[in-house]
Amino acid sequence: MAIDIEQIKDKLGFGEDKIYAVMGEFSDPHDLVHAGRRIREMGYTKIDAMSPFPVHGIDAAIGVPYSKLGWIVICIALCGSATALLLQWWCGTYNYPLVIGGKPLFDFSFSIPITFELTVLFSAFASVIGMFAMNGLPRLYHPSANYRLAHRATDDRFILLVEADDPKFDPQITAEHLKSVGAGTVEVVIG
Amino acid sequence: MADIAIRQDPQLMATNPPLVHADGYHDLTEQISTIVEGDVFKTPLKYWITLSITGSIVLLLGAMLTYLVSTGIGVWGNNRPIGWAWDITNFVFWIGIGHAGTLISAILFLFRQRWRTSINRSAEAMTLFAVMCAGIFPLFHTGRPWRAYWLMPVPNTDLNMWQNFRSPLIWDVFAVSTYLTVSALFWFTGLVPDLATIRDRATTKVRQWVFGFLSLGWRGSARHWSNYEVAYLILAGISTPLVLSVHSIVSFDFATSVIPGWHTTIFPPYFVAGAIFSGFACVMTLLIIARWALNLHNLITIKHLENMNKIILVTGSFVGYAYCTEFFIAWYSGGVYERFTFVNRAFGPYAWAAWTMYSCNVFIPQLYWFKKMRTSIPVMFMISITTNIGMWFERFVIIVTSLHRDFLPSSWGYFKPTWVDICTFTGTVGLFLTLFLLFARFLPMIAMSEVKGVWAKEKQLFAKETVGHH
Repeated sequence: MAIDIEQIKDKLGFGEDKIYAVMGEFSDPHDLVHAGRRIREMGYTKIDAMSPFPVHGIDAAIGVPYSKLGWIVICIALCGSATALLLQWWCGTYNYPLVIGGKPLFDFSFSIPITFELTVLFSAFASVIGMFAMNGLPRLYHPSANYRLAHRATDDRFILLVEADDPKFDPQITAEHLKSVGAGTVEVVIG
Repeated sequence: MADIAIRQDPQLMATNPPLVHADGYHDLTEQISTIVEGDVFKTPLKYWITLSITGSIVLLLGAMLTYLVSTGIGVWGNNRPIGWAWDITNFVFWIGIGHAGTLISAILFLFRQRWRTSINRSAEAMTLFAVMCAGIFPLFHTGRPWRAYWLMPVPNTDLNMWQNFRSPLIWDVFAVSTYLTVSALFWFTGLVPDLATIRDRATTKVRQWVFGFLSLGWRGSARHWSNYEVAYLILAGISTPLVLSVHSIVSFDFATSVIPGWHTTIFPPYFVAGAIFSGFACVMTLLIIARWALNLHNLITIKHLENMNKIILVTGSFVGYAYCTEFFIAWYSGGVYERFTFVNRAFGPYAWAAWTMYSCNVFIPQLYWFKKMRTSIPVMFMISITTNIGMWFERFVIIVTSLHRDFLPSSWGYFKPTWVDICTFTGTVGLFLTLFLLFARFLPMIAMSEVKGVWAKEKQLFAKETVGHH
């Protein structure tokens, strides 16, 4: 049975002829923020940036909403507290009551340490796993890697890009726009 | 997030030298990545010699633990009345060492101390390795480490009962295992962007695969960073009370008992201060060596070391204050047993240990009042070693001297370590150093993405300064 690699690629949404974005680079974070703001003012909505460290002000400039991770974490944290309290109450008073030193079978005072620890443990897992999940990681492939300077985004380059599914996107015009705000090495990236 | 510092007075910035020295972002990447990327076979010989020595000590640890398990817990010097001796001393010592790592990565982060970025990665690694070493002691002190799962609320058919959740010992199990897990998660989260840097610079297939796998496809998108910074803030926010809780709970192991010398309410803050004190000293020892061996003078400057010495001075003074309080309360309480314990601690059979502890922890660090001492590498190296010795003795003094004089004089005893005690502790030192050496060689030892952020900020501040004066 012959497998058509092009068909699979097409199904997965990265057929070779698909344009991913127009990308350009800056060597200073402030230029990136400035350019990002101007690109957004031109009416683009699907803008992203890539940088070796979190650049201050880029979220507001290109319209990245504030992360909702905190809400996920607080829910999971409360689950952690509940798990700990239920565990100590159920084991101590219901499943296997054991009188030791005349202490009560269950009490909120002595269950504080374990409740606290499990709350912390659950929130740590929630924030790390939640963060990677919200970022769509781990992933094996991303079309932005086809940009000539993509590997410098973790080193010393600050990349600005407009994705192809932006309603205002046009490869040539968008590329001109990126150049006009000062981006270097502007490329239409396929992947 | 870390931009609060920008509101600092630029005048103040001008009088303070920059924290890191670099020609640009790429230069920073180079300075840190080249250590990881060097050809394994071209690693300096001194590295292999050191690694083979510490590696041999790990083998010694393996041999000691095998001997202990196959023979029995009697190969250690623990006796009646000293049922907790070197094992618990070493456990508390190692846990304490770990606390500095979390303090640097979490508490200093919340306080916007930008100088932490050069040292937080190695301090976090140190935390992980120290907690691993700590875990060995209570695990093997149980005598049957293969039954360790009895410590966890795992339903099983051979115990058929639950843990006693009213006991501080089980709180300790939860605290230490949570601490290890959260520290590992925090460390890995911080590493991911740097692993991506190494992946993107990779020239060999192996490095591309290994770092490509470990960096999970991180590409530094603004959306990534947005979630990442919140995750990092939450981790720092929960690690701060966590680190305070861990040593508080360790101190409950003692404080909730009725032994004179243990039964005091001062223990939780006293233990936490001592833990940070010893941990900073240990970070100092490791950093001075790493700075010299790996030529990190541009990234770990005297300024970093001086700041750490100030923390050592402060926490050392806390510890000294706690010692005074203990003596005062022993006298003021009027309890005869309490009074006897403290007179005996200072002048009894273990007076040598107590005075080693007072000298190393309280008297010697006072040298740090002088700037000359705070900024001298030989002095700080020496003090970091004496502090570690002193803090080990603090745990020894608390545990062994409080136990060796029981309520009945007929139950009095004296503890001497056996060769197995000594070799096991030496073994954990070897394990700690081996893991640290491997980390320093094969993973980015300095948080590149964070240092770059600090460097960007400094560049901006200095630029403003220059413009303002012209």
